[in-house]
Amino acid sequence: MSKVHDVAVVGAGPAGLAAATTTTSMGLATVVIDDSPSPGGQIFRAITTTPLRRPEVLGRDYWRGADLVRPFRPCGAEYLPATTVWAVARRGDGAFDLGVSAGRPGARIGGFFAARTLIVAVGAIERPLPFPGWTLPGVMTAGAIQGLLKSSALVPSGSIVLAGAGPLLWLAAWQLTNAGVRVDRVLETIPRGRLAEAMRHAPGFMFSGYLARGLDLVRTVRRRVPVVEHVEALHASGEGRVRRLRFAVAGTWSEAPVDVLVLSHGVVPNIHLPAALGCDLAWNRERSAFQPVADAWGGTSVEGVFVAGDGAGIAGVDAAAARGRLAGLAVANALGRIDGARRDAEASKPRQALAHALRGRPFIDALYRPAEAFLRPDGETIVCRCEEVTAAAVRAAVRTGAVTVAEVKAATRCGMGPCQGRSCLHTLAELVAAERGVTPADVGVPSIRFPVRPVTLAEVASWPAHAVAGAREERDAGRP
Amino acid sequence: MSVAVDVAIVGGGVVGASLAWGMRSLGARLALVDAGDLRAASQGTFGLVWVQGKGLGSPAYVDWTLRSARTWRTLAGELREHAGVDVALEQPGGLHACLSAHEMEARAAHLDALFAQAGVARYDVAMLTRGQLAQRLPQLGPDVAGGSFSPLDGHCNPLRLVSGLHEGLRRAGVRRLRRRVSAIEPSAGRFRLHAGDAAVDAARVVIAAGRATPGLAASLGLDVPLVASTGEVMVLERMRRFLPFPLETIRQTDEGSVLVGDSHEPRDDAALDCAVLGAIARRAQRILPVLAGVRVVRAWAATRVLTPDGFPLYAQSPSHPGAFVAVCHSGVTLAAVHAHALAPAILDGALPPSLAPFGPSRLADVRAAA
Amino acid sequence: MFERLPDATTEPVAVTIDGAPFEARAGDSVAAALLAAGRLASRTTPASGAPRGPFCMMGVCFDCLVEIDGVPSQQGCTVAVAPGMRIVTQRGARAAEDPSS
Ligand SMILES: Cc1cc2nc3c(=O)[nH]c(=O)nc-3n(C[C@H](O)[C@H](O)[C@H](O)COP(=O)(O)OP(=O)(O)OC[C@H]3O[C@@H](n4cnc5c(N)ncnc54)[C@H](O)[C@@H]3O)c2cc1C
Ligand SMILES: Cc1cc2nc3c(=O)[nH]c(=O)nc-3n(C[C@H](O)[C@H](O)[C@H](O)COP(=O)(O)OP(=O)(O)OC[C@H]3O[C@@H](n4cnc5c(N)ncnc54)[C@H](O)[C@@H]3O)c2cc1C
Ligand code: FES
Repeated sequence: MSKVHDVAVVGAGPAGLAAATTTTSMGLATVVIDDSPSPGGQIFRAITTTPLRRPEVLGRDYWRGADLVRPFRPCGAEYLPATTVWAVARRGDGAFDLGVSAGRPGARIGGFFAARTLIVAVGAIERPLPFPGWTLPGVMTAGAIQGLLKSSALVPSGSIVLAGAGPLLWLAAWQLTNAGVRVDRVLETIPRGRLAEAMRHAPGFMFSGYLARGLDLVRTVRRRVPVVEHVEALHASGEGRVRRLRFAVAGTWSEAPVDVLVLSHGVVPNIHLPAALGCDLAWNRERSAFQPVADAWGGTSVEGVFVAGDGAGIAGVDAAAARGRLAGLAVANALGRIDGARRDAEASKPRQALAHALRGRPFIDALYRPAEAFLRPDGETIVCRCEEVTAAAVRAAVRTGAVTVAEVKAATRCGMGPCQGRSCLHTLAELVAAERGVTPADVGVPSIRFPVRPVTLAEVASWPAHAVAGAREERDAGRP
Repeated sequence: MSVAVDVAIVGGGVVGASLAWGMRSLGARLALVDAGDLRAASQGTFGLVWVQGKGLGSPAYVDWTLRSARTWRTLAGELREHAGVDVALEQPGGLHACLSAHEMEARAAHLDALFAQAGVARYDVAMLTRGQLAQRLPQLGPDVAGGSFSPLDGHCNPLRLVSGLHEGLRRAGVRRLRRRVSAIEPSAGRFRLHAGDAAVDAARVVIAAGRATPGLAASLGLDVPLVASTGEVMVLERMRRFLPFPLETIRQTDEGSVLVGDSHEPRDDAALDCAVLGAIARRAQRILPVLAGVRVVRAWAATRVLTPDGFPLYAQSPSHPGAFVAVCHSGVTLAAVHAHALAPAILDGALPPSLAPFGPSRLADVRAAA
Repeated sequence: MFERLPDATTEPVAVTIDGAPFEARAGDSVAAALLAAGRLASRTTPASGAPRGPFCMMGVCFDCLVEIDGVPSQQGCTVAVAPGMRIVTQRGARAAEDPSS
């Protein structure tokens, strides 16, 4: 606990790596804490360790990750892989204590780091695609399938169907087929007419660099795999694991056998850490997601806490790296290492990169805005995977008087399981809003507190005592 | 919107909702006005229906608590029948664990003093040695010296209690308004509650607004002193049921989650303090070492509705008859008497002499002494 | 339901799954090893007893809970396999007692 770092960067994805490379180049004592075993974050998962030997399977963009990791290695930051930040507390002197957890089952060790500032670069998590049967074994996310491919060279076999909407759906289909996997179908859940709506944002998209890459990839997948468009409902079933998938287009249901069903519904910011830190959150209407409120440097409503990358708002890998650099510069300035003029000068390149990266976003956001049926499910569809709370139960709670997300949680246990609401928080907000006829911004920001990852009681017990009056280890003998 | 009723209850936490529950079938037209505060004590409560050890300094509180615990089953039955909600009441007894010979002595002395009070009849509670306790709960840690056990203690699911009361009130047709009352204006022997775009006109008003009660009650000539005391609670992942009874600081819910609490911190914000969670965790894993490797899924802090002497305050305004306050710690434990004894008394228009010990005068004495 | 690509070039790691020997590979998480072993389902839920298996593979969903070396309720997707590791699929809520302790 003795050393106080200038900055702690949480997350070693594109944003965190860029941030740390920037802060160390400014001479700031930097610690990078990341719960993955190797640097790179979600997109560059296992970039330094992947057993895959054919680069073309994952594509050029994946191997670009090496360019990001290379300067990080020697940058001088203290790096803690496979380590989770589970709580942060503000100390009397204004610095932060970070509780971290690492180790193997049965031998988790709690540890503590102190830092004067925080850059939270915790990335995104996948948006759920809830429908009846989506909890069955054999139904997995596109990110999961990518992870298995990148880390273990494992690919699904048997009847394989991909369903959902968004760039990762196409990317996963492309990577799987590159690896020689036969994909039965891609079911796209974008409603009819959406493309026309999105077209008004097309000019920006044209110049974004996404276009060429994206179109090429989609075209290739379409050549390899039958694609069904405008899928408006899904229903998976099977004893013990998924076996059949029914899907509806224009009111007509079809059925297909399936062994592995891969879902992708875009990504949403991983808000637990900034939320528990007390950073203000806002509802982003275009992306149907909560995100931390941040200024142009990633500065949040909590002094000394900066956010960067997809965790600050979904914008993709290039934007993540650019915002990581900007947050690094802001921290260097806040700590007096560089003046405002130098910060602004150094910021011009990342700002350009950011602007370029953001140009295509409005089109992508508009095109891939989740369809109503999957954003706000109905009936017996499970919303909360942990506590097995259905959409009907959530809706009933609102109809009988619950007004806020918190009240629905209390009434139904939705969001109270070990995933701490990560899988259901957005669906819950959407459902409460839909039932009340308001927007998710009106149903109360979910209350998220530490621990932001479940840790053992023993790890909590390792938090050092301080002189809080009333935190008595010896209890009094009785209550009044 | 304007509503006219016989009784308006301000606050829909466990206290206000229990009172409304007790009144719902007695023929009065009711309105329950609640602001929906997330930080309400009833959202952060531990869920014990607890008897042992309470009431040193107030023999009446010993009786009141006992009476509630003994009749709680009736309330649970009503909620099952009229709200369709099982509040998971279990009263298998409860343990206050002691981690040293010193704590054992202090606990025994506390109980002796409790029962030495005039008018307090001894109830079933016993100091048990570690060996005796280990027979009932083999998982107790080696640091546990012993503890006091009472078969009268129990617990329930407090979130389901509050939502069950509300569901029952809804089914009974009780008017529930989701508003914050900003002012209560007495006029011509009645009360006018201002709540945003709504006004409620009532012959009687009961303020059971938790920590917001003092501000609302002051204008009606009622002094409600509260002290600050925040408690923190951790929820551990679900386990197969292994705790046969609740401990005063550790209990397993009907769903299998284990709750570990609670602290007494002299502050009135509901921020989590990791250092306090650490202290709570250290003590819990000494009591039940099997919990050390179990994961903490959630944690929260909440501030108690606590009077300076810790006992309930029930009062009718002398200057504005018809205006009542009801605040207490242990609103879960007392839910049964609130519904079945306090609610009818308020409807009668006068608090009976048996409730006089919970009146404001004793706090005036405390204040004068301080 | 999952198979290893031929270009995978990693060390074998011998583990047991529900007592039966299985050869995982270095770099596998426990959840990946289960999938490689053909186990799509690796636990049942405490709430209803429904079968579940790895879903997100990034530590978010908690559907991959298994017992690892005697310690129940571990997130299989976040733990790397190690030689001799004992992996046991889990039914319902964990027990209070660690069998290893
Ligand atoms: C599953 C998944 C797969 C994706 N695949 C692709 C892809 O193939 N191509 C693409 O262009 N985009 C992909 N994306 C989008 C991608 O997230 C962004 O483009 C980019 O990686 C964002 O970078 P980042 O640095 O903001 O976050 P990330 O790369 O997500 O990095 C965040 C890091 O923080 C760690 N972390 C989170 N919380 C904690 C904590 N409490 N303690 C310690 N560490 C923590 C995470 O483990 C992770 O390593 C994917 C997103 C997801 C969720
Ligand atoms: C950590 C902790 C552990 C506890 N453990 C136990 C236990 O194990 N057993 C037990 O019996 N008790 C326990 N208690 C005590 C118990 O929870 C409280 O006694 C009880 O919740 C108080 O309920 P209440 O309705 O008076 O107050 P609250 O729950 O605070 O409710 C007050 C209500 O009034 C509303 N309100 C406030 N202002 C206004 C306004 N102006 N207009 C309209 N509405 C308003 C709020 O929205 C709120 O719903 C515990 C308390 C804490 C904090
Ligand atoms: S598979 Fe989701 S947490 Fe492991």
